[in-house]
Amino acid sequence: MSNTLLILKQEYLKRVKKKSFIILTILMPFLIAGVYGLVIYFSIKDDTEERKIAVYDATNLFLGEFSEEGTTSYHFIPKEEYATLKTNLKGSGYYGVLFIPSDIYSNNQAQLFSEKQLPFELTEQIERKLSRFIENDKRQKVIEESGIPDLEDRLSKTRTSVNLSTLKISQSGETKKSSSVVAFIASYAMGLIIYFFVFMYGAMVMRSVMEEKKSRIIEVIISSVKPSQLMAGKIIGTALVGLTQVAIWLILGGIGLVVVQSFFFTPESAQQMGQSIMESQGQMNPAAMQAAQSNQVMEVMEMIGNLNLPLILFSFVFYFLAGYLLYSALLGAVGAAVDNDEDSQQMVFPVTFPLILSIMLLFPIAKNPEGPLAFWCSIIPFTSPVAMMARVPYDLPIWELLLSMGLLVLTTIVCIMAAAKIYRIGLLMYGKKVNIKELIKWLRYKG
Amino acid sequence: MELFEARNVNKVFASTQALTDVSISVKEQSIFGLLGPNGAGKTTLIRIINQITAPDSGEIFLNGEKMTRADISQIGYLPEERGLYKKMKIGEQAIYLAQLKGMSQRDAAKNLKQWFEKFDIMPWWNKKVEELSKGMQQKVQFITTVVHQPKLLIFDEPFSGFDPINANLLKKEILNLKAEGATIIFSTHNMGSVEELCDHIALINKSKKIEDGPTDEIRMKYKSNTFDIKYRGEFKDIDLALGTDYKIISHDESEKANTLKVQYMNGKSNNELLSAIMPAAEIMSFEELIPSMNDVFIKAVEESNKN
Repeated sequence: MSNTLLILKQEYLKRVKKKSFIILTILMPFLIAGVYGLVIYFSIKDDTEERKIAVYDATNLFLGEFSEEGTTSYHFIPKEEYATLKTNLKGSGYYGVLFIPSDIYSNNQAQLFSEKQLPFELTEQIERKLSRFIENDKRQKVIEESGIPDLEDRLSKTRTSVNLSTLKISQSGETKKSSSVVAFIASYAMGLIIYFFVFMYGAMVMRSVMEEKKSRIIEVIISSVKPSQLMAGKIIGTALVGLTQVAIWLILGGIGLVVVQSFFFTPESAQQMGQSIMESQGQMNPAAMQAAQSNQVMEVMEMIGNLNLPLILFSFVFYFLAGYLLYSALLGAVGAAVDNDEDSQQMVFPVTFPLILSIMLLFPIAKNPEGPLAFWCSIIPFTSPVAMMARVPYDLPIWELLLSMGLLVLTTIVCIMAAAKIYRIGLLMYGKKVNIKELIKWLRYKG
Repeated sequence: MELFEARNVNKVFASTQALTDVSISVKEQSIFGLLGPNGAGKTTLIRIINQITAPDSGEIFLNGEKMTRADISQIGYLPEERGLYKKMKIGEQAIYLAQLKGMSQRDAAKNLKQWFEKFDIMPWWNKKVEELSKGMQQKVQFITTVVHQPKLLIFDEPFSGFDPINANLLKKEILNLKAEGATIIFSTHNMGSVEELCDHIALINKSKKIEDGPTDEIRMKYKSNTFDIKYRGEFKDIDLALGTDYKIISHDESEKANTLKVQYMNGKSNNELLSAIMPAAEIMSFEELIPSMNDVFIKAVEESNKN
């Protein structure tokens, strides 16, 4: 067996057999599913905390208009009680005190006192109740003044909501439904995934190099194999660990999707979920709502289908591998150059800065994938793995993609060669404080 | 026959001259001591032999042929700064290291088990390195150096970190390996072990080779014509008989025997010294003092630093 292969196998097995890898790989999808499950669960499930809100209404207009909603109930109190409650809220049994000032019609201001940080849901509920009442009241007055009895009806018929469906014309003249929202989510997610993988596995290579140097096994190893073989085996072995992880996640995700679909997405549960979402958005009759719902799901599915999936998948694998190769080579060189953790921290930052920059710019890039920021970030090799991945879900000129890929490949090759040199010199260099200037000096060494 | 040869090796690091025109040749089935103060260039030479670094100029030969990368599987190298993967089980690790030297997994496991038995560390086969004592780790490192039965073994400070019992075990094994046909290059500051083990030494100081030859010859070369003499008689008689041609370094009188340390100047011989004393006292023993490797080392390095 060749030495590179031996090292590759060793690196791969060492990591894959680790308990932390197994736990992370298997638990991660459940964790993510769990988090999403919880979010959905809590958004469907009603808030169970009983809240009593004391209301002092200086206008005397709202009495009886505040109905109980969910677990929140409203109790109107006289002025004197309000004054004492405001100072002695604790132990009164009230969650909060709402003060409706007499000038609320003109100022649109009310106050809610509480000892706690109030949940957004509650403040939103009270605001809605107040606004709706005042709005209705004002409208009623306008209607009365106008003398048109069915004005209300006629006005509500004027309420319009236009739905813009975006259609893309392909070269063959076909039109396809596209969605900027779907593309945006896809592009953001891809950029993030690339970033995490490149960072995580690049750092893994660095730590592995540092471990060999620190434990002083390195001299024995490089008296058996070439440093370049060692580096290649390490980088490829770690990449395979990453791909294994992705493969396991895809399989688990696939299984999970099937399970979730067959168990949880019965029509009733979908309806129930839809209702609770719609309720907060406003009224709509259930049948129309359900139709709109399933329509939406179909549309999203169609839009996902309309993304250029083969191109996205190819680009993903390409940018993952190239980005990983680039950064793991650089981080591997850093690992070889330093001999303690502190120094490595100092060196890691300048090396990974473009990567961090690209994740910071990911949002603006995904939002405006045609802009100059997106263009330059996706062409410059050090930021292109993340930035270009964020652009691929949108259609982009093919020459830009090819230019970006070509530059990335070239840069990666040059960086691997430079890294190999630093690596070879650094491995046996101990007790020397290394900085970027020193590394550049090493690049000029011969032999 | 020479197993290994280095010819006119030069190496410069940045602005430091690490090796200047160094040549050594190592006979097959012998132990070659590579000596010198810290920073003299020994480790650089060893790394060049191991193909870890390339010389700026000069050539190295193994078995009469120019050494290539492929030859390193015929070398076993125990570096001065050595370690193991801390989290790996030692058996697994030893097999991996042997495989990197070109052994098959089966042969590696078989040979390693024999060595582990021999060194009494078989029960630790499945233990992680971090659970082992330093001495045990040293044993594992020694085993991984020799397990692939290399023709040329290079030990850099092999005894550092060993307790006297294990150091003795190691010495025995090194002599065993030599008896079985291995050639050994051995770098150490432990001059006692050089006297015991080395057939031949080379002394490097400040990047240059300053001494090279069979151990015994070099020690003879550095002898100072000094003798320990036990005698019965009066010291003043001897003092009178020796005169100015001889230098008395020390003398001591006790009930059992009187002793005398004396050195003769150039131009005299052992027998002349003997015959000069004979009339003055009865000689019980007469022994020439051969300098220890330690004395040779210090003297040679100091002389070379003066020049």
